[in-house]
Amino acid sequence: MIVTSASSSSSRATNSLITPGVLFILAAAYTIPPLIGSEYLFNAILAPTLALGLAALGLNLLTGYAGQVSLASAAFMAIGAFAAYNLTLRVPDITMVVSFILAGLFAAAIGLIFCLPAFRLRGFYLAISTLAAQFFVQWATNFPWVTNYSPSGVIDAPPISIFGYVVQTIQGKYFVALTIVALLTIFVARLVRTQAGLNFIAIRDNELAAKVIGVPVLKTKLLVFAISSFIIGISGVLWAFTYLGTIQAGYGGFDLNRSFSVLFCIIIGGLATIRGSYLGAAFMVAFPLLLSRVGGYLFADLNAGILENCQKIIIGALIILVLIFEPDGLSALIDRMWRKITGANKNDKEKTSDLQTIGNT
Amino acid sequence: MTKSFGMGRGYLKSLALGSLIAFSLGATPSSAEEQYFPLQVYRQGPYAAGGTGFFGGMIDYMNLINMRDGGVNGVKLTWSECETGYEVEKGVECYQRMKDHNPPPGVWTPLSVGISYAMTDKITADQVPLTTINHGRTESSDGRVFKYLFPLLTNSGSETSAIVQYIGSKFGGMENLKGKKIVILFHGSPYGKETTPLLKQLGEKYGFEVKDIEVPHPGAEQGSQWLEIKRYKPDFIILRGWGIMNPVALKTARRTGYPIDKIVGNIWSNSEEDVKPAGDAGIGYTAVTTQTSGTSSPILQDIIKTVYGANKGDLADKSRIGSVYHNLGIVNGMLTVEAMRVAQKKFGNKMLTGDEFRWGLEHLNLDEAAVDKVGAKGLFHSINVTCENHEGNGLLIFQKWDGTKYEPVTDWIKPDWAMLRPIIENASAAYAKEKGITPRNCAEEETAQK
Repeated sequence: MIVTSASSSSSRATNSLITPGVLFILAAAYTIPPLIGSEYLFNAILAPTLALGLAALGLNLLTGYAGQVSLASAAFMAIGAFAAYNLTLRVPDITMVVSFILAGLFAAAIGLIFCLPAFRLRGFYLAISTLAAQFFVQWATNFPWVTNYSPSGVIDAPPISIFGYVVQTIQGKYFVALTIVALLTIFVARLVRTQAGLNFIAIRDNELAAKVIGVPVLKTKLLVFAISSFIIGISGVLWAFTYLGTIQAGYGGFDLNRSFSVLFCIIIGGLATIRGSYLGAAFMVAFPLLLSRVGGYLFADLNAGILENCQKIIIGALIILVLIFEPDGLSALIDRMWRKITGANKNDKEKTSDLQTIGNT
Repeated sequence: MTKSFGMGRGYLKSLALGSLIAFSLGATPSSAEEQYFPLQVYRQGPYAAGGTGFFGGMIDYMNLINMRDGGVNGVKLTWSECETGYEVEKGVECYQRMKDHNPPPGVWTPLSVGISYAMTDKITADQVPLTTINHGRTESSDGRVFKYLFPLLTNSGSETSAIVQYIGSKFGGMENLKGKKIVILFHGSPYGKETTPLLKQLGEKYGFEVKDIEVPHPGAEQGSQWLEIKRYKPDFIILRGWGIMNPVALKTARRTGYPIDKIVGNIWSNSEEDVKPAGDAGIGYTAVTTQTSGTSSPILQDIIKTVYGANKGDLADKSRIGSVYHNLGIVNGMLTVEAMRVAQKKFGNKMLTGDEFRWGLEHLNLDEAAVDKVGAKGLFHSINVTCENHEGNGLLIFQKWDGTKYEPVTDWIKPDWAMLRPIIENASAAYAKEKGITPRNCAEEETAQK
């Protein structure tokens, strides 16, 4: 469906997707961290940023592009992670790549079930109804086989093996995560330029009007919920397999707080922008660390608890400031700064990102 | 074009940020005469009472050793803190931050089941031990599979066995447990869930019925759980709470008319901070512990005199000195330091590597006389850690809250280790299989070392 309806815009899409800039970023992402990176950079910054960023991308597609508010991101992350764990454990000789994809599809299937309220509800009411998914998944992990009879409900992700090669190093896990993230990001960037992507935006801006001009609302909503759940499911897999190594559904794992932090990522990073998802995730991961480092150096005598509370106050204040002064998020902020630095307002239209023009229509 | 450069800039910026953080890692000069302890503390958040009390006790003990003895055989104890808020991701970040410290970490103590699970593979690769006093993965008592994990004194299995013995004694003998109904009201976290399967097994053995009721984190609202309890009419309730959940449970019990003497708290529901906020509702509440509370033992007197006397004490509220969490931290500090002494006897009076520290922990044997010698008579009973048994057969005691302090109401109780060991070995064998670990041959290792 996507392919046929997108034929009119496909040439534009492919032309503008693989730009030298994108290639440069990809090349840098593959080469620079292994050159300069310590284990700390990989394990404490890059791994959570990639996983959280991918989850934010999935939610951004749903909320930013299609306007469907969801508070169940962590639930779909959990579904992906638990499904990948169980598939790897129980299906003999399954390739890890296949089990990851199946885990994503499984999350998409559950996403389709929980998107049913979206046909009737909007905004706040929809957000509340998605909470059901959050609590359902937490409850479902109480079945002992889901956690392979682990008494504490915490399970260890098995090592990643790709076509027989076992990825053991932290760099290896980073490459796996980066490749998956890059592929899915390119897919989403492509998707939002197709007719389906335009349909998402039409529904977000005015559902009734969209219906009138012939947008298949039902189909589009099903599609966006499925794709978004798939991506968030895969991000859960990354979280479990390439970052933490342990999976738990309740407190401290894929709980409601995680759903909120994914939501904060897209609000801070920028709704309906692709890079906003990653900027938001990087901010959510790196900024508290930076504050705690700086705080630790400046006020070495202060106890860790007070320092932590101060950080929470600062982060909270910054979020409010960002929302007031830059409601379009870090993505728009960086755009503006770039324009200021280059000093040129001419050809302004060209300079605004393609994605954003679509996002802002 | 510009868009891509914009992205590039954002990316480079985060890279620069990342490398800044990476390069700002530990630049402290190395000293051979110090032993470093990374502390993943939680001084804020819903579980701060446990975090401040425990780490306060541990720091007070290390300060005492430094101030009174000038360190352990001349090796000074040093430490740094990293706040986790009891959150797994932060705990892992703290691990990454502190593992490259110079001098390197001797032993980890995250005091969180979730964080210790997430660290298990990493510290095993680093060959640095991790202690989980009174908690942690039950099967990690099997040191043949979990070489670097030490659930010192007791694990949740032994603790549950002692609690069932206590409930049995309340009914006049284990045979009277037949047909009784017991509820386990547990904290909705890995720690809280851990004992339910074992309790059900014990229920089958002694013929009592078990109902598990979960209280989601943080547990400030328990109306529906206690409604369920009221309907079920249990003969006894085991409270397996953490933080705010405990006083709320006691208060709600009072409100629903459930008698307090039919509730028994587990190790993480046994502190002053659990009963004081409950006010009158907490009077008469009994809970299990591995270390008595109060300041009567010589080591506590030493800490009050030497550490708090010099205004170096870690607890801001001095009335918490000798409280359950504080004393647990002191016992943990003591076990760590004694293990260090054991290892120093073999490897010399110098800074120990993680693996040498592991050896020390595996040969930590303090009988009652030795406990008396280190000034902890009456504080805790004894410990005997071996290569096979990383738990060390600690004994437990039950204390009752009288409104102002806890008083022991039982003698030291031995858990039913003979019954628990096969369960532990089954679970650890399953783990070893899943992870592809070959269990160690402890006897061979011992002879090889001699």
